Amino acid sequence: MNHASLLTRESFIELGARARAHALLDPGSFRELAGPFDRLVSPWLERQGVVPQADDGVVVAKGRIGGQPTVVLAIEGAFQGGSLGEVGGAKIAGALELAAQDNRRGVPTRAVILFETGGVRLQEANLGLAAIADIHAAIVDLRRYQPVVGVIAGTVGCFGGMSIAAGLCSYLVVTREARLGLNGPQVIEQEAGVAEYDSRDRPFIWSFTGGEQRIATGLADRYVEDDSDAIRAAVQALLAGGVPAAHRSERYAHYLQCLAEYDPARQPEPETVRAIYAPGAKS
Amino acid sequence: MEQLQFEYPAGAPASQRVLVGVVGSGDLEVMVEPGTSGTTTIHVTTSVDGYGKVWDAQLSRVFGAGPRAAMRIRIHDFGATPGVVGMRLAEAFEALGTDGGEQS
Repeated sequence: MNHASLLTRESFIELGARARAHALLDPGSFRELAGPFDRLVSPWLERQGVVPQADDGVVVAKGRIGGQPTVVLAIEGAFQGGSLGEVGGAKIAGALELAAQDNRRGVPTRAVILFETGGVRLQEANLGLAAIADIHAAIVDLRRYQPVVGVIAGTVGCFGGMSIAAGLCSYLVVTREARLGLNGPQVIEQEAGVAEYDSRDRPFIWSFTGGEQRIATGLADRYVEDDSDAIRAAVQALLAGGVPAAHRSERYAHYLQCLAEYDPARQPEPETVRAIYAPGAKS
Repeated sequence: MEQLQFEYPAGAPASQRVLVGVVGSGDLEVMVEPGTSGTTTIHVTTSVDGYGKVWDAQLSRVFGAGPRAAMRIRIHDFGATPGVVGMRLAEAFEALGTDGGEQS
């Protein structure tokens, strides 16, 4: 990126969840459902001494992208690490289920999920996990009719149960700042030891879970600059592309075969992972 | 975590509702809705205990300075400094309109 484009671009990463949804939807089409004034706050956080947020960290925005009906589900990474509890999880799952219902009634509603989440909210434990399972089921239901596009912009990234949700999406858009992984770096360090995985070594972490690596290994579909216009264009193009012939998660047999060829006795390098997944990397 | 309540005299109800900010580290969320004519109520939930006097001093200065529209304000604070609180309130008033959103 040169100086001129750095000055004129609007950073997507620096936007909050609501502003991100605004940036993706066609101008004037944004309509928030189950919004902050509807009093759908988490009933569990205050009881545990944690300050809640009026929208529980999830924005459900109905509108249009490229003139077509679309629902954007934006997670606010600044609130409790974008963690999903009962209310925020239900907002996402419910919106996806309604989008699928729209399709069964002849309205071709698509979905875009803006992942910025560490996964389940530990204070809401099983309720958050149940909600994330509902989200998984709803994505698999909706993607039969219309594409579900996931965006991981950063800087929180996408981890835990929601990384599975990202894996279920029809298409995934990432930036250089994005990270995608089942376990977060600190969890891996805690379990495997600092000698194997140093969570403070940022280049090391990004070399395995960063957006660039995820594109190179075919686990994401578009690599874009941190620029609202570029991200909107990528999302719009993927939505217009329709449902893929085979979703990534439907090609699990191929990925299992890739993993079977890996020798766990050797410490992997980022290049090792690229080599293993290279045959599966979609063009 | 601590809950605080404040009340100030005000004018006519605010003309609309506004949400600014985020419950992120060192930040806060301010929700403004039209209040009942003549009174502004503020409900603060803050993650930092023992700062009731600081909230009282700051809010009294902001809402005691002159007539503002009547608002029902809900604040979710996650350790914001008084400077950040002041900026978020100013942002909310700006979104309401220059006169603080009083209905004419």
